[in-house]
Amino acid sequence: MGKPSDLVQGTLDLLILKTLLLEPMHGWAIAKRIQQLSGEVLQVQQGSLYPALHRLEQQGWIKAKWAESETGRQAKFYALTAAGRSQLEKETANWNRLSAAINLVVSEA
Amino acid sequence: MHLVAQIRMALLSHFRRRRASVHLDDEIRDHLERQIAENITAGMSLDEARLVALRQFGNPALIREQTRSTWTGAWLDSLLGDLRYVSRTLIHSAGFTSMTVLIIALGVGANVALFTLVHRVLLNPLPYRDPGQLVSIYEHDASGSNTHGYLPVAAGSFFEWQRASRGVAEMAMVSPFQAYNVSSEGGKLPEKIEAGMCSWNFFSILGVNPTLGRTFGPSDDTPGSEATVILSAAFWHRRYASDPSIIGKKVWLDAKPYTVIGVMPESFVYTGAFGGNTDQVWTPIGHEFPPSLMTTFEDHEVIVVARLLYGTTLQALVSRLAAVQKQIKTAHPGPAVRDSVIGRTMLDDAVQDYKTPLYALLAATGCVLLIASMNVASLLVARLSARRKELAIRVALGGGWVRIMRERILESLLLSTVGGAVGLLLAGAAIQWLVKTREDMNRVEAIHIGAVEIGFAILAIIATALFSGLISAFSSNLKDVLSGLQDSSRTLSSSRARAGLRRTLLVLEVSLTVVLLVGAGLLLKSYQRLRSTDLGVPIDNVLTMHFGLPEARYKTSVQRIAFFENVLSQVRALPGVQSAGLVSAAPGQGYGGDDLVTVVEHPPLPKGTGLDLQNRGADPGYFAAIQIPLVRGRIFTSDERLQRANVVVISQKAADLCFPGEDPIGKRIKVSIDGRVGEVVGVVGDTRWNIAQPAMPMMYWPVLSGDWSNMTLIVRSPSNVSALAMPIQKIIGSLDPDLPVSGVRTIRESIAKSTIDSQFDSLLVLAFAVIALVLAATGLYGVLTYLVTQRTSELGIRIALGARREQLLGTLLLDGLRPALLGMLVGLAASAGAARLIASMLYETKPLDPAVFVAVTALLLIVAASACILPAWRASRLDPMQALRME
Repeated sequence: MGKPSDLVQGTLDLLILKTLLLEPMHGWAIAKRIQQLSGEVLQVQQGSLYPALHRLEQQGWIKAKWAESETGRQAKFYALTAAGRSQLEKETANWNRLSAAINLVVSEA
Repeated sequence: MHLVAQIRMALLSHFRRRRASVHLDDEIRDHLERQIAENITAGMSLDEARLVALRQFGNPALIREQTRSTWTGAWLDSLLGDLRYVSRTLIHSAGFTSMTVLIIALGVGANVALFTLVHRVLLNPLPYRDPGQLVSIYEHDASGSNTHGYLPVAAGSFFEWQRASRGVAEMAMVSPFQAYNVSSEGGKLPEKIEAGMCSWNFFSILGVNPTLGRTFGPSDDTPGSEATVILSAAFWHRRYASDPSIIGKKVWLDAKPYTVIGVMPESFVYTGAFGGNTDQVWTPIGHEFPPSLMTTFEDHEVIVVARLLYGTTLQALVSRLAAVQKQIKTAHPGPAVRDSVIGRTMLDDAVQDYKTPLYALLAATGCVLLIASMNVASLLVARLSARRKELAIRVALGGGWVRIMRERILESLLLSTVGGAVGLLLAGAAIQWLVKTREDMNRVEAIHIGAVEIGFAILAIIATALFSGLISAFSSNLKDVLSGLQDSSRTLSSSRARAGLRRTLLVLEVSLTVVLLVGAGLLLKSYQRLRSTDLGVPIDNVLTMHFGLPEARYKTSVQRIAFFENVLSQVRALPGVQSAGLVSAAPGQGYGGDDLVTVVEHPPLPKGTGLDLQNRGADPGYFAAIQIPLVRGRIFTSDERLQRANVVVISQKAADLCFPGEDPIGKRIKVSIDGRVGEVVGVVGDTRWNIAQPAMPMMYWPVLSGDWSNMTLIVRSPSNVSALAMPIQKIIGSLDPDLPVSGVRTIRESIAKSTIDSQFDSLLVLAFAVIALVLAATGLYGVLTYLVTQRTSELGIRIALGARREQLLGTLLLDGLRPALLGMLVGLAASAGAARLIASMLYETKPLDPAVFVAVTALLLIVAASACILPAWRASRLDPMQALRME
């Protein structure tokens, strides 16, 4: 319960960072974007996004700002920081290595 | 630094927390509203849209919790929350809280106090340079029957040893049991002070430096040199008002001038098995001892202190010296020359007598703390079961189990901390009291609560908290608690299990209590025995005081006799004095010296042996005054003086030893060391020199020989003998204004002083045992009350169905008593083992004294039965209707 069990462990951070690379977004939009970009394959349990967002904020990889949203209401917008950018690069490289390795094993069989 | 930064962050964010929480709520609400709006756009009704949005999102309350837990310092936040919650519930139940705090305070306080003693007295190194290398060396009677293995050394042997240990150890000697009369000067009263006479290198071997002046040099330590003295800081403060110009000034000791050359620091004290911690001045032994005493192998007046040089062990030194001593014995086969050597570290030498009692007391307090934490655990468990429904609701509402466990630990930690803090205060007070009342104890000056003791207190607190907290935390598990919701009082299994745990604790508690009670009983009995021991004379209404005539002023025998007779005649004339006498050492007031003798009429004894008799000087009136019975013959007369004083009175034991199966009257005994011969004229009853030691064979020589100078005046009065102290001191003062009088006390007081150890140990252990008994009794009462409450409806049914109330009472009583009986058996078995460990502290009491064991068993049974009777009786009187209605 509450854990993004349908996501590969630890990849939620990567997805959030990647999503925010384009532009600052609020939580709901991030969830939507991940869903869309993955072709509806990755179903983020929306709630589980928030502990992740707050953790990333605590680590200084993203920063948050309250601003007026497209609906005219106040919403909390998250944006990537410089540290977040380099973290994204690191995690992307990691991911590539890992998925390539898995691919190798899987296609070999 | 990382931790510090984290804590700073945590504190900072703790204060921003409230705003952040509101923001998080807004954020989540915003998210949900967007999703709902989207769902409506997709064609759902409002209710359906909300439901689907929530399903997609997950439990908002949980998400909020999880999110908050990612914030920096969240742990602090929840900890503070728990702390607030726990302290609120504790304050709410003030009775429980104060009871628990009191129990822990007693447990921790007693332990910290005793640990302080053990640490400061037994373990702390002596205040000298590199004290681990310092050892005390004694002579030893390898073939003799002397029970005390560590015997003082003859100065002649010391010099032989010193020569033999060159390159292996440095050696000094000290005679710490000497005394001087300080003359009255500048309006100060004369007084008698204890003193140490030491070889010049004594201080340098210990590695202590004076605060003023210098220590002795080799030239001070010779018969011909100018008389010099070093003062203790205490004596310098007290008598000379810390006069900084004291160095080079003269003080009068035994009516002779001594030049002050140094003052020792406040911290300096020499403590050994033969005393020294009350010494006020030190003088060089080579100047003070007559030359004959410096070369003898037969007169044992000094203690040897050695500093082991690098690479030497105590054992190696002792075996080297033992060989030397053996050679001495071969070359000088006198009966008083000893044939071996024994040694121990200086620390052991100082504290040997206190080791067993202090460790025994520490063990006793350890038991008390263990019992206290068991009681606290038991109370916590009981409280927890009273709160089961509350806990069940919390768990059902999603309260984390870890969180509830943490609360348990936090609760006991809070209780232990408060209790421990109070306990630390108690310990401080106890230590202060102890230092005041036990000035006689070696190293008492070193006792104080320091960092190590506070560290120990913290450890004790944590141990108590973990012990009681974990027991209460594990006493119930999740399923158990959840069943609490369905639970009506009719299901018994879970509560039975919990009571089972408390019962086990009780068994342990009772058995520890039994051990303490048996210990206290044995020590008390031993103390009682000691107090009721017959000293050999009636002890009531006898006053004693000491004085010593200085040689410088009383040069001749005639002068000394004149003074003695003046004192006696004036004191005897005093109204209220029934009788008075003079003796060199009164019964119960110390060893007073011994000598080896032979019987002139008997065939000579094998070389190197003799008959050991305690040596006393007495005036003809002494025996009647102190009321020592005359067994046969007569007491010496006042005419047998000076050259005619060649008569001796011996005690019954001495007669048995020297003249087995024959009449001693008219026979002569000869003192080996000085060749003095006396005709035995009478046999008198035995007296003890120490209340705790068996009487030794004793001989009395006439003080009217004029050879004696240190005297104890004893005065008997029909009533209120203490009132005579002042008039008698005035008489002595009028005869010699420079002569100090010391040790003014009654025989009863001196017995109290020599039994103080026994009294102290037995009363302390008794106090601990009583605390333990009260704790165990409350524990028994609590468990049975709890069980009865749990079984109220069951009992109601039984009564309604016709169970007999007496039978019910019996069953319940047995139920409550079972852990007590089991604990008692375990405890008695454990006591049998523990009692052996304190055997050395017992006087005329066997470790397995049946009376004590029976009394303890009876006492425990009575207390346990009275603790159980009330709840059992109450249960048997239940009104069945009411019991059944009660849910």
